[in-house]
Amino acid sequence: MTAVEAGAAATTQVGIRPRGAGRRERWQRRLPLLPALIYIIVVTQIPFVVTLWYSFQSYFWDVPGGAHFNALSNYRLVFTDAVFRGSLLRSVIMTAISVILAMILGVAFALLLDRKFFGRGVVRTLIITPFLVMPAAASLVWRDPMLDPNFGLLNYLLEPFGVHHVAWLSSHALGSVIVVMIWQWTPFMTLIVLAGLQSQPSDTLEAAKVDGAGALATFRELTLPHLRPYIELGILLGSIYLVNAFDAVRLMTNGGPGTSTTNLPFFLYQKVNYAFDVGGAAAAGVVTVILTIIVATFALRMFARVFQFEEGGV
Amino acid sequence: MSAATAVRRGPGRVSGRRRARELSGKVGWGIVAWVVAIAFFLPVLWMVVTAFKPESAAETWPPKFVFSPTLSEFRLVFSGWGPYVTHSVIATVGSTVLVLLLGIPAAYALSVHPVARWRDGLFFFISTKMLPIVAAIGPLYVIALKTHLLDSIWLLIILYTAMNLPLAIWMIRSFMLEVPSELLEAARLDGAGRIREITSVILPIVSPGLVSTALICVIFAWNELFLALNLTVTNAATMPMFLISSVPQEGLYLAHLSAAATVASVPVIIVGWIAQRSLVRGLAMGAIK
Repeated sequence: MTAVEAGAAATTQVGIRPRGAGRRERWQRRLPLLPALIYIIVVTQIPFVVTLWYSFQSYFWDVPGGAHFNALSNYRLVFTDAVFRGSLLRSVIMTAISVILAMILGVAFALLLDRKFFGRGVVRTLIITPFLVMPAAASLVWRDPMLDPNFGLLNYLLEPFGVHHVAWLSSHALGSVIVVMIWQWTPFMTLIVLAGLQSQPSDTLEAAKVDGAGALATFRELTLPHLRPYIELGILLGSIYLVNAFDAVRLMTNGGPGTSTTNLPFFLYQKVNYAFDVGGAAAAGVVTVILTIIVATFALRMFARVFQFEEGGV
Repeated sequence: MSAATAVRRGPGRVSGRRRARELSGKVGWGIVAWVVAIAFFLPVLWMVVTAFKPESAAETWPPKFVFSPTLSEFRLVFSGWGPYVTHSVIATVGSTVLVLLLGIPAAYALSVHPVARWRDGLFFFISTKMLPIVAAIGPLYVIALKTHLLDSIWLLIILYTAMNLPLAIWMIRSFMLEVPSELLEAARLDGAGRIREITSVILPIVSPGLVSTALICVIFAWNELFLALNLTVTNAATMPMFLISSVPQEGLYLAHLSAAATVASVPVIIVGWIAQRSLVRGLAMGAIK
């Protein structure tokens, strides 16, 4: 637990920072932070300011004459656009289901990997691999060699169970995309939870065993509370990346059939690339950002709790 | 639970039985773990297997498991991947180096000698990850067009750096918190300035952490599709785009696609396999500190 102690040392250091630390000292502390801070502000905030600007403009790639002000009409269109509302809802569903299921599988896999058995290293290697495969490659491999209705491996494996040449990407498009997202992110969750399990002090577990606690009770009373910050952060990081999930949608189903797998990233991609509607995409983007900020505020509060946990635990 | 009765019945027999039960439990869970792992790995295995098939053996029912392997699809892939892999390597390495150059000092300013409001700073960096970049893709295109960065490798380097920097700062900071304060104290007593403190005390200790941070950045940069697809055409098109271009409009292509997917994925897979321990550590540290 040296990590925690070092953390404690550093945090107390914050508390007892010399009171008389002058201007010079403050700037000496600030200086190393500035390049990264300025970089991030310029590169990530300016595009959003420009997005805000264009959201009040009518601007189509294919219409000559450039942009002109059109007040709130982009927003009016966004809010009345059923496809936008649908993709918003689908983004929430896809993210929530895949993050939660990936985490449940991740906890299960981590518990398996935490045991001693023959070839544990190899098993861990196999399980983390989907996270390393390029998502574009994974999406295409799932689309064709795995899920093809006529030649796909999955239909072959499921044939003994009465499945005959199912066209997964037409009849179960959303489910298929979600399965692939879960497949990609379970290893990530497994790694985080596994790290949590391995940092659990073994003496408390021994003590529980001596006290005659069953495996289930030990897991519920000791392991799960210990894992909580790891699980919360896995869910948070997974959500950040999966809300932006684009590759699987674009490459497996292209948002279809119809709009049945169109999530927000794909919706915005289509608006810019096929409808040439920069203004409309910008307005939809602004709405997306505002909704994200609302969700992220809760997420950040969760972060703050984790930090308190870190200090409270010391 | 029945330890007392067990002892009465005779220690030898029972401990043998318990050992047998433990052993069978171990074997049982081992089998479960192996089955799960193989099922999970199957799509990757199938990708690699299909890549070695001749095209005519890739589209059959039932799928062929025995065939005479060929390298012809790989040869085809290697004949066309040149510019794409060059762009990918430049964008990945360039952005990762830039992330470390910006991230190490920033993490230092948030951990060892923290600025007054380090918590706000850290939250700001993380919060930029929560803004969906997809929301700004249209304007980003316009900005790139006006700054003549469209379809240039510099654009990808700049954006991938911004994409990975927050997570990197977060991870590096957690590694720096682990540096024992006595060492920092000792260096200070020796009269080491800030620069020497970083280069001769902190960096040697956190270097394994930097490796796992760099690794995470490499994975995300190498695999990135959305920005590359929207903002590059030919001069900066990366491996994921090569992959997409390898799917023809018509005809048989499963073997070719699998070969391209294998080639595109293998570098990161191998790096990830080699460095999986530091990956676990990096994620865990980043997760908790």
